[in-house]
Amino acid sequence: MKLSLSRRYLFSASHRLHSDQLDEAENRRVYGKCNNPFGHGHNYVVEVTITGPVDPATGMIANLSELDPYVNEHVLEAFDHKFLNEEIPEFRAQVPTTENVCIEIFRRLKNFPAARLQRVRVEETGRNSFEYQEDA
Amino acid sequence: MIRITRKMEFSASHLYHNPDFSPEENRRIFGKCNNPHGHGHNYVLEVTIAGEPDPATGMVLDLKELKEIMEREVGDRMDHRFLNHEVPELAGQIPTTEVIAATIWKLLEPKIRRGKLDRVRLYETPDLFVDCTADEPGGPQ
Repeated sequence: MKLSLSRRYLFSASHRLHSDQLDEAENRRVYGKCNNPFGHGHNYVVEVTITGPVDPATGMIANLSELDPYVNEHVLEAFDHKFLNEEIPEFRAQVPTTENVCIEIFRRLKNFPAARLQRVRVEETGRNSFEYQEDA
Repeated sequence: MIRITRKMEFSASHLYHNPDFSPEENRRIFGKCNNPHGHGHNYVLEVTIAGEPDPATGMVLDLKELKEIMEREVGDRMDHRFLNHEVPELAGQIPTTEVIAATIWKLLEPKIRRGKLDRVRLYETPDLFVDCTADEPGGPQ
């Protein structure tokens, strides 16, 4: 059988959906309220899933005492209580939709040394979520 | 193919301790989970069965039967128990969420007579869960 472990984290941040490749009217049409020039915020949930063999000595795929600080250092400290468009360099050239947030979080976590990163799932609100995993 | 999922809750205590480690190592690796008196969780178990509906009943597997299997195999064994000492299937292992989920898979898998056990998801807390799924193809090794 295969085992994976998933851990959920929370961060709060603001963003504005606006594409330089679209004109003002198109931006308003495509992004609607999310195009408000002052931005708006969400409580994001990040669900991180790792896989790998269970160490018989610990019964664990990876110790949360390693995963939690890694996620904290590589994602949460950078994202929590920030304006994503301005304060995350990758989103200066890219619209911070939750699709792109999800991919960026995966990129930042994929070198976690203790297990293989399988999936990152981001809930922007309680009613929508986005998942990213690299093709095997 | 259809997947059906049944959820149940059980409450149990455990502690993490490896007798091959020194007391200091146990505390360093397992942290608060190494407290010798144990501590508890409200575990939430989701069991998913995959299969085709029986044309006569419209069901993959009667959820009532699945509920009874889960209560008998998991609830009766683990609910309101100290997992380290009272569950023979966990004896000699560290009852992490990974190990409990794999144990539940092994308990349930032979009992499912219609459809196939597709996934066991075990939440230790709302923010931590383990998924156990079959190796493709042909079930667990």
